[in-house]
Amino acid sequence: MSDQPKDDGLITINLDGRDVRCRPGANIVDVAASAGVEIPHYCYHPKLTVSGNCRMCLVEMGMPGRDRATGKPMTNPDGSPLIQWMPGPAIACGTKAAPGMHIRTTSDVVKKCREGVQEFLLINHPLDCPICDQAGECRLQEFATGYGKGYSRFEEQKNVKPKRTQLGPRVTLDDERCILCSRCIRFSREIAKDDVLGFTERGSYSTLTCYPGKKLENNYSLNTVDICPVGALTSTDFRFKMRVWFLKQTPSIDTETSTGCNTEVWSREGKIYRITPRQNDAVNDTWMPDSGRELYKQVEAPTRLKSFLVRGQAASTADAIREATTLLKSGSVAIVGSGRASVEEQWVLKKIATALGGASVRLVSRVGQGDDLLVSADRNPNVRGALVTGLISKLPEQKLTDLAADIDAGRVKTLLVHGEDLTAAGLTEAQLAKVQIVALATQADAITAKAAVVLAGLTVFEKFGSFVNQQFRLQKFVRAVPGPDGAADDLVLLASLLANLTGVSTASTVDTVWTSIAAEVPLLKGLSFQAIEPTGVVLDGSSFAGLPFVEGKSLRYDPAAVTAVKAG
Amino acid sequence: MAVGIKVLERKPLTWSERMYLPEIAAGLRRTWRLMWKPKVTIEYPEQRPPIPAGYRGAPTLVMDPNGREKCVSCQLCEFVCPPKAIRITPGEIPADSPHAHVEKAPQEFEIDMLRCIYCGLCQEVCPEEAIWLQTTYSITHTSRADFVHNKKKLYEMGGTLPDEHFKWDKKLAAEKHGNAH
Amino acid sequence: MDWLDLLIRVALGLVVISVVMGVCMYSVLAERKVSAWIQGRVGPNRTSLPIIAAIPVVGRFLTRLGIFQPLADGGKFLFKEDVIPAHVNKIYFVLAPIIAFVPALVTISVVPFGQYFDAAGAVKTLILANVDVGLLFIFAFASLGVYALVLSGWASNSKYPFLGGVRASAQLVSYELAMGLAVLPVFIWINGPGASGSLSLVRIVEAQHNWWFVLTQPLSALVFVIALFAETNRLPFDMPESETDLVGGYHTEYSSFKFGFFFVGEYANMTVGACVITLVFFGGWHPLPGFDWIEVAGMTGWAWLATGIPGALIAFATFAAKVVFFLFFFIWVRWTVPRFRYDQVMSIGWRRLLPLAIANLIVCALGIAAIDRFL
Repeated sequence: MSDQPKDDGLITINLDGRDVRCRPGANIVDVAASAGVEIPHYCYHPKLTVSGNCRMCLVEMGMPGRDRATGKPMTNPDGSPLIQWMPGPAIACGTKAAPGMHIRTTSDVVKKCREGVQEFLLINHPLDCPICDQAGECRLQEFATGYGKGYSRFEEQKNVKPKRTQLGPRVTLDDERCILCSRCIRFSREIAKDDVLGFTERGSYSTLTCYPGKKLENNYSLNTVDICPVGALTSTDFRFKMRVWFLKQTPSIDTETSTGCNTEVWSREGKIYRITPRQNDAVNDTWMPDSGRELYKQVEAPTRLKSFLVRGQAASTADAIREATTLLKSGSVAIVGSGRASVEEQWVLKKIATALGGASVRLVSRVGQGDDLLVSADRNPNVRGALVTGLISKLPEQKLTDLAADIDAGRVKTLLVHGEDLTAAGLTEAQLAKVQIVALATQADAITAKAAVVLAGLTVFEKFGSFVNQQFRLQKFVRAVPGPDGAADDLVLLASLLANLTGVSTASTVDTVWTSIAAEVPLLKGLSFQAIEPTGVVLDGSSFAGLPFVEGKSLRYDPAAVTAVKAG
Repeated sequence: MAVGIKVLERKPLTWSERMYLPEIAAGLRRTWRLMWKPKVTIEYPEQRPPIPAGYRGAPTLVMDPNGREKCVSCQLCEFVCPPKAIRITPGEIPADSPHAHVEKAPQEFEIDMLRCIYCGLCQEVCPEEAIWLQTTYSITHTSRADFVHNKKKLYEMGGTLPDEHFKWDKKLAAEKHGNAH
Repeated sequence: MDWLDLLIRVALGLVVISVVMGVCMYSVLAERKVSAWIQGRVGPNRTSLPIIAAIPVVGRFLTRLGIFQPLADGGKFLFKEDVIPAHVNKIYFVLAPIIAFVPALVTISVVPFGQYFDAAGAVKTLILANVDVGLLFIFAFASLGVYALVLSGWASNSKYPFLGGVRASAQLVSYELAMGLAVLPVFIWINGPGASGSLSLVRIVEAQHNWWFVLTQPLSALVFVIALFAETNRLPFDMPESETDLVGGYHTEYSSFKFGFFFVGEYANMTVGACVITLVFFGGWHPLPGFDWIEVAGMTGWAWLATGIPGALIAFATFAAKVVFFLFFFIWVRWTVPRFRYDQVMSIGWRRLLPLAIANLIVCALGIAAIDRFL
């Protein structure tokens, strides 16, 4: 640090004898964490208000002394500022950084405080670790190991509280394990805006419970499980399925809406066990909707396509591709792409459209009710990707009436459909019977039942790719588990079709496809798949500002603000 | 660190040693004597070797004296097992079971005895004292599949542990008794 | 020679062959048992036959002794898969084990194993073919055995058998010389001036009716024994097999009964070797050194013991006991002494044993000449 610090709006505080620069008013727990010092805490959560009730983050705090009479700084005999330490410890989460503040996190007083707090917390905590789903990611376990006494002096009977309570359809509560941090209460009140949780009783009999007659059943209820520092709140779906220490974490994206929540996919040996949010302060903070956590079930759904089909008969990949190529070459092709496909797949689909002599491309729009939080109105995760790659130039319709008209008029004889159910998009049985369909899909549906050629593709958990969310933020997802036997990567299948149509070999992996994307798509110039940050890359979406996007306000996205900025 | 290295001189052979024949004669004398010594062979199926204390044989699962399976499928043994011989499918104890308060028990518990190295780490790590290495050392089957001991087989081999701790029973009693106020 | 005579000779030949085969089989058992005893083990003690094993004490004793083990061993060799690797030269590969086996059985035909006086008082020797070149015949045919090793090494078309075959031939050539030189003093002795020249083994044995050659010519005997170990490929001269460095040596690629042929052939060679050493240096069927058994029996009035059927039995028993001892000696040495290195084998053969044998020959020749001249 130079003698004359730059005026960057930061202040200097002293943490364990070392100067740390931070924002004025920053929370000391966060400041210490960013300086690499762990202050153990249970109730504090950076995205929630401070309640200061667990007392685990106790530290010693002092300010430079100031003479009351003169207002001059007091100094030690050697000239250094005299620090007036608070007589008792203070909670770090309730302390805001101020210039010259001194913090001790390693002193004997702090150590004794932590041991004491930890011992009190463990007094009534059951020894359930062998059967507790939180074991392995439990703050109480970690801090008991890191800061606890290591033994118990408690000989009396532990408190008895309700166990195995169903708080709602997805959350199970074990009150004995609860350490009363109130994170879940604050989350429900502040973030989910569904204030159903609260404490009853007093002292050590305090019990977390639901408001009578209500249930914790909002679409964000499982976030309380994520933030619960102990095993009090557990996911009913994940309950007793697998210990967390076996699970491999893979970064992924929630595909249910255009919000593009960042997620973590937890899998073991090719089987996904749960999905949790991944922190991205520009998109979803540390939250995600419950509905997105169940998407992994599509991987092993009974309707999952596990073989290639030619006219209903199982066929080899090569035969299916050859048959599909023959159909596409017969002419009069229309393409129905997908707002659920990745940017790379949409790009190759666009190339196919070009190779077919400018076949018409449509997407199917899906619009639902937005909840102003993390579920946006547009239920396609990647409509903007199709705009960016130039697959489409205007927003998709919910009903493909013009395609239906084309089929009726005999202008379209062959359809290439990527993962869309056209009956839901308004095409009748009679219209579908008039065309030959090449369907690339993961699940069996009305279209794959009618299709001449069915190509079995992969779900988002089984492939690499990227989406562009409502903020024009390009975010990538990574393969968590291998695909089932009999299915192939959509990108490879599309690239094979393209290669067969053009007679030129094409790139078929995300990395190689990205070299052509980076060269040919103006908005993605110079990017590569590897270069996409974990938190995503924001693209300049101003050229699409005129389009009537359906999304309303959500946690980190305000269309009005965007428009206002553009207008200004 | 300086390790002391002592170089031992190889003594030159004496004349009789170089002749070799006297040494052969000495060797023959020795083997002749050995021929008449008592034999150390344990004739296995009829004679059994003494099992020393702390012997690590086949890992098994045990019940407590009330017939409750002690394993709660915490999967620590599966995690610690160096050759990954253990495979557990966790499950929930149904609410109508007398042991419903334990909540969790293995649906299936498999130990692949072709992988097991008898290290005993599973027994050491078990927080419920549910997995014990027995003194069984002769594990013979007629197919590879049989070598994967399933839960039934493991409890057959393990039997009941005369345990007087009854941790979960105490917990159930406290639950029934309720709080003091 | 009429047909009956021929038939009797064939029958006798078959009897001798079966006896030798039996000896070979039980040599294998002895090998296993003796090695077990030396190593503090029990050895084969499980194989048994249904009825014999049921005899109260004897059955159990025989089973524990492993008497029936050779049957099981032979059966195993018969029923194991006979692999002929794809890379071998099939004709020579099949030929080699037969060649290994035949010379051992041929040489046994010139080995005398006892004598008796017929009704006319003439000495009859128990022998299949009393050829005058006896020992030379044995040497000649025993040396043919190495062709089996070389052939198998070559035909196997693989590194280890090839090395084993090369070593076998080198070793055989090296020790053949010393061996031949070691028996020369014996022939100088029996073919003294005036006597008609003969290489007959019977002559050699008769010459030892009083003093055995091992006592009069110990150095010759020593060199001969050492060379014999090398010739029969027994440890410590186990060069062709060298299972520690050559896997199995010449028979690495062999399995089942072909391997069995090699295996039994080795023991047949060992048996012949034990017979020869007994005959040449250890007095053949003469029970004790230092005095003539027949003379002593005649003087003490027990002459009937030395003649007729009892005499034949005693002579054969004496011979058999000596052979068994030498078989045991072969085994005993094998489980006592480690193998020489190949270079050591060569060094011992050429630089120690050969000069020793030559020196011995010269000393003996001079000694015999001196005895002849002055006594």
